[in-house]
Amino acid sequence: MGKSIIEKIWDRHIVNEEENKPDLLYIDLQYIHEVTSPQAFEGLRLKGRKVRRPDRTFATMDHNVPTVNRYFIEDDIARKQLEALDQNCKEFGIRLADLDSPEQGIVHVIGPELGLTQPGMTIVCGDSHTSTHGAFGSIAFGIGTSEVEHVLATQSLWQTKPKTLKLEVNGKLGHGVMAKDVILYVISKFGVDFGTGYIIEYCGEVFREMSMEERMTVCNMSIEGGARAGLVAPDETTFSYLKGRKYVPKGEEFEQCVQDWKLLSSDEDAVYDQEIILDGSLISPMVSWGTNPGMASGVDGKVPTFAEDIIDSKELNRALEYMGLEEGMPITEIPVQHVFIGSCTNSRIEDLRQAAEMIEGQEVQKGVRAMVVPGSQSVKRQAEDEGLDEIFKSAGFEWRESGCSMCLSMNPDAVPSGEHCASTSNRNFEGRQGAGARTHLVSPAMAAAAAIYGKFVDIRNLKKSEQVH
Amino acid sequence: MEPITIYKGRAAALDRKNVDTDQIIPKQFLKRIERSGFGEFLFYNWRFDENGKERPDFELNQPHNQNTSILIAGENFGCGSSREHAPWSLKDYGFDIVIAPSFADIFKSNCMKNGMVPMALTQAEVKYLMERVSSLDYELTIDLPNQTLKDDQGFETSFEIHPYWKEMLVKGWDEISITLQYDKEITAYESQKKVISSI
Ligand code: SF4
Repeated sequence: MGKSIIEKIWDRHIVNEEENKPDLLYIDLQYIHEVTSPQAFEGLRLKGRKVRRPDRTFATMDHNVPTVNRYFIEDDIARKQLEALDQNCKEFGIRLADLDSPEQGIVHVIGPELGLTQPGMTIVCGDSHTSTHGAFGSIAFGIGTSEVEHVLATQSLWQTKPKTLKLEVNGKLGHGVMAKDVILYVISKFGVDFGTGYIIEYCGEVFREMSMEERMTVCNMSIEGGARAGLVAPDETTFSYLKGRKYVPKGEEFEQCVQDWKLLSSDEDAVYDQEIILDGSLISPMVSWGTNPGMASGVDGKVPTFAEDIIDSKELNRALEYMGLEEGMPITEIPVQHVFIGSCTNSRIEDLRQAAEMIEGQEVQKGVRAMVVPGSQSVKRQAEDEGLDEIFKSAGFEWRESGCSMCLSMNPDAVPSGEHCASTSNRNFEGRQGAGARTHLVSPAMAAAAAIYGKFVDIRNLKKSEQVH
Repeated sequence: MEPITIYKGRAAALDRKNVDTDQIIPKQFLKRIERSGFGEFLFYNWRFDENGKERPDFELNQPHNQNTSILIAGENFGCGSSREHAPWSLKDYGFDIVIAPSFADIFKSNCMKNGMVPMALTQAEVKYLMERVSSLDYELTIDLPNQTLKDDQGFETSFEIHPYWKEMLVKGWDEISITLQYDKEITAYESQKKVISSI
């Protein structure tokens, strides 16, 4: 019986296999950020333990950093957390992309950018969107702080082998339909827990055709479907993205790596615990209307009704009440007062290009506050080189420094209570973007269009959409 | 970690599905660098209104749910972020056991690292318990070594837990010290590993 890529990577990393025990899995790389690491370092100190492989650990500051006046952190506790990370990295000898670093940015944006994330690796981070790195054909998953401490001390984790799920999307995506729409469509169809206990392998034409950045958007949201990890087998797209990046081997060594990476694909007779096959041509640009990422419809659709009985009526009632929406309301009638383009899901250069293309020469609707927060300093520099910042600013968007920003509003960026935000982030949970804030998850192009119109519009009906994708 | 073997307690019902970690502990409370003191912020936006006043209709604010140490909730409990602050806040508030039809993966493992038992029961069992817990003299008994849960009215069921985690919880072990005993194996693995280049 053949093996899937998931099993191949897993098997390569087993340090110890025993009956009645999970596998002891070697971890190739751990990313660290300020919010979920201080207690882990404190734990090491209390027990007099050291970091086993500082060379396989990389830290950045992202969640708490202000995206304007970044050196002026008003919040004392937030500043303390950033200082703690700085001290911990110094004490334990860990590389840190701090606020001064030209490499600083959201952990899931900079890891791939720097070439730290590579095919075949096991990667962890105290952050559930670590699944992003699966785009490179690695097993990458989020862990809690106790596990962060465990990996710091031992470079390994006890893990039971997850089940495998093959998610195949065939066909061609329509104009104006992006990676974000694909994953929102999948979650809206199968729910926020269909992936619990599984690692997903994304296969099929649609994912093969995607760029690395698009694959990252998809893998990023695996966790919103309940899967700790999701991956795409590496191919030429992966190798050419990696070539020449800072931490990727060079020359002869790179060629050797590629040879090895090519072995990372599922055998034809691989057996999965579950398989799902979908037709990509049926997907519309998506908009979430409720309080979890599964509560989403096509922009040409409506908010569900109680009579349709798609969603448990108690849940639907709570969601509609929180979101201030009526059952059966067309998605295009939902007003938008805020637009946030950013987060580890959609803040990379291609995302910003798509958004800029959508709004070029137009103006943000009166009463709408729109902002773009690049995922990293390097994305920001590149966008500025291409003049994208000017397109945004002249349309009336705010242009910010890199960080998590309004994705979770642990920083000063927040949406006021009761107002609607078209957001390219990944979670529309109650209060995620501020107490009472009403988040609608969309693609960068859909968010940009919402800024211009002050409501959701079907970008397929706009002339500009010919150019997008 | 405190070992857990036989556990008795009263339970509170939170009849909601997909309770995410952003609700369990909202992000504004994630900035502390300690592990303790998160209990007062548990379900903050559900427990308190904008002025910090208790919302009387929220489940945990109701009188019969005071002094409970077992939380019973709907399916997919703990979905969303990996923040361990979620189990820290539940534990600090007083919950040692969480019962639900299903749990999000990361949350489940975070619980067990903190001496808490995430217990998955069937929908019907969860419903049965939810219907009874409001009575003040209704107590549940959990026998972790034997993996059973019972009440004092004749209800008894078993639950699953991986033997490795059961042992950790029953003995209250520190996982890292166990793993450090595998130092030789880890070193051997590192020395033969060819695939992953320097990073
Ligand atoms: S951008 Fe949002 S989801 Fe991504 S790491 Fe930051 S806070 Fe988490």
